[in-house]
Amino acid sequence: MAAHGAQRRRRQALWFWAFTGPFVLGLALFTYVPLAWSVWLSFFDAHNTVSPTDFTGLDNYREVLGDPAFRSALGTFVLFTAFIVPATYVLSLGLALAVGRLRVAQAFFRSVFFLPTACSYVVAALVWKLSIFNGVRFGLANTVLGWFGAEQVAWLSTTDPPWYWLVLVTVRLWLQAGFYMVLFLAGLQRIPAQLYEAAAVDGARPGWQTFRHITFPALRATSVAVVLLLIVNAFQAFDEFYNLLSDARGYPPYARPPLVYLYYTALGQGQNLGLGSAGAVVLALVIAVVSVVQVRWFGLGRREA
Amino acid sequence: MPISRRLLLTGGAALALTGCGSDTGRGDKGPGRPRLSHWYHQYGEAGTRQAVGRYAAAYDKADVRIEWRPGNYDQQTAAALLTDSGPDVFEVDGPTLDQIRGGQVTDLTALLDGVKDDFHHAVLAPKTWDGRVWGVPQAIDTQLLYYRRSLLEKAGVRPPRTLDELVDAAGRLTSGPVKGLFLGNDGGAGVLGGTPLYAAGLSLVTADGKPGFDDPAAARTLGKLHRLHAGKSLLLGAPADWSDPAALVQGLTAMQWSGLWALPQVKKALGDDFGVLPFPADGPAGKPAVPVGAYAAAVSARSARRKEAEAYVKWLWVDRTDHQEDFALSYGFHIPARTSLAAKAAKLKGGAAAEVVRFTTDHGYAQPLLWTVAARTAYQDALSRIIKDGADPERELKAVVRRTADELRRAGKKP
Repeated sequence: MAAHGAQRRRRQALWFWAFTGPFVLGLALFTYVPLAWSVWLSFFDAHNTVSPTDFTGLDNYREVLGDPAFRSALGTFVLFTAFIVPATYVLSLGLALAVGRLRVAQAFFRSVFFLPTACSYVVAALVWKLSIFNGVRFGLANTVLGWFGAEQVAWLSTTDPPWYWLVLVTVRLWLQAGFYMVLFLAGLQRIPAQLYEAAAVDGARPGWQTFRHITFPALRATSVAVVLLLIVNAFQAFDEFYNLLSDARGYPPYARPPLVYLYYTALGQGQNLGLGSAGAVVLALVIAVVSVVQVRWFGLGRREA
Repeated sequence: MPISRRLLLTGGAALALTGCGSDTGRGDKGPGRPRLSHWYHQYGEAGTRQAVGRYAAAYDKADVRIEWRPGNYDQQTAAALLTDSGPDVFEVDGPTLDQIRGGQVTDLTALLDGVKDDFHHAVLAPKTWDGRVWGVPQAIDTQLLYYRRSLLEKAGVRPPRTLDELVDAAGRLTSGPVKGLFLGNDGGAGVLGGTPLYAAGLSLVTADGKPGFDDPAAARTLGKLHRLHAGKSLLLGAPADWSDPAALVQGLTAMQWSGLWALPQVKKALGDDFGVLPFPADGPAGKPAVPVGAYAAAVSARSARRKEAEAYVKWLWVDRTDHQEDFALSYGFHIPARTSLAAKAAKLKGGAAAEVVRFTTDHGYAQPLLWTVAARTAYQDALSRIIKDGADPERELKAVVRRTADELRRAGKKP
């Protein structure tokens, strides 16, 4: 009996590794090894090499933290996050409430708002850059402005006022609001109808009062997950920034998020892999700290009372 | 016949094997010849790809395979040079100092024995480090100021000979939707680079390896570029950037900074209604400035067939002068890197082209090898802030001088 049990356990272990082994191997090979290698590189002078010999200690960390361009990149990230997270949150929640209330064609509108999620950031950025927010004469936005006799705007080149933020934020809102709307719709459907009925019996007015005291608190778990995902996504901002603002000669000093900074430092002709790795480690630590603080603050995953 | 899984697998395997054996792209030239891979970035001009294919096919000592690589070519080559699967021969807008010091490219000095002086000095200098040559210049590219004669005449403006005149002309030529000057959608920070400094009689790096713009004249000159932006006489947000002459030929701007390669297109669209100028001088020590650069052919130090690759580069870019002239002038519009070829090329003998050759000879400057990527990025960021945001040029330049000095110290250290 005991032998039979051991055999079964062995077979189970075999199946476990048969299914998870390839993924563990992939994870180790393509995530943990490069990660460890990157940490190792960050302590070396690694110009144009991934196997350096010149140990420099914390020099790369001192250099990257002392570089005004890197600090400004972190500032860009904070600014972008401070705007995009609440904006996407409000828009997607608003869309979910509006679509959830529809009695007809709900599936149609859900699909319409969700579809942009399937579009790649690169394609959307190019559509924004080449069709809508094109600079002079030909872009949709300038054509509309022209109808009202307004002056044409070079959306991506004007720093005062910084119109490029309008382009960056709208493309991301368009791309991601639909996805978070679906999360909120799922959350809304999980709220028991009896709660609303009980509130109505108690005299709660539908609309703002019901939303504030019932819907919003009931969406707490969804909200925490949405905010966490939004912050991590904002940290990873690269595609739309790069495709909207870079050109053959580089990238303007404004609206340069950390990943674009690292891309130019460690890749291309920069090829300073030590400095780039130090920047990547700093960035990974910042993301980890922000995530941990946020999770502890909002209690993600904590059992609902 | 029903298709069984076994048949499908056998067929697939056969196809895969066929694929492995037939990827020569130009037929089998016989056994025993070494195989070399030669990478090019994607040229915009029609016919260039076929031309380099023909040159490679004409080389009988090796089986040369051309790889035409669109996209971020610099990133691709930089990454490939870290591995053994990279190219044997590749063209490069360099090589950079770090590529040379990192031992990623081979010493090609011997290839130029006897003909070194025939290569344009301004473009050979940045390929030279420690007295050795690390890349063979292929064709010279340069940038210049194009202007529409009729628009200048109408506005009573003469072609600008000084930076002040350029600023003034750009303001007077701005009228309604037509702007006076186009320096690229970023306002000029990227494409101008060190050109205004050379126009002020300065340099990026001095001959003795110091920052060449630690001088009040630098701040004064760069400050004038902000006047262009503040006066709204700069075209921004054009559908095509500075490298394409579309903004000039479509009438969006009266003057445009662009490349020599745009000359045939401008001539075709505007006939004789255009002129060319170098970047105008500024200040008492100033002189006109014309940036020149050249893609070079380099050999990867990780190539398993370095000797064969070097022999091929010598054949292609040193011995076969007919190919070089064809490459420079039959597709796009470049100046051959060999001065003897440039002097006898019929297409460079008259009109605007001849003027450009003269500008290049008299006022051409190339970015020094010691002008590293980190220094360049810091400088371009500062220039962008000066032009667009009106940042204090003196304070901005002070930070760049510090950064450049750090980089020069690093470059001066023995590896």
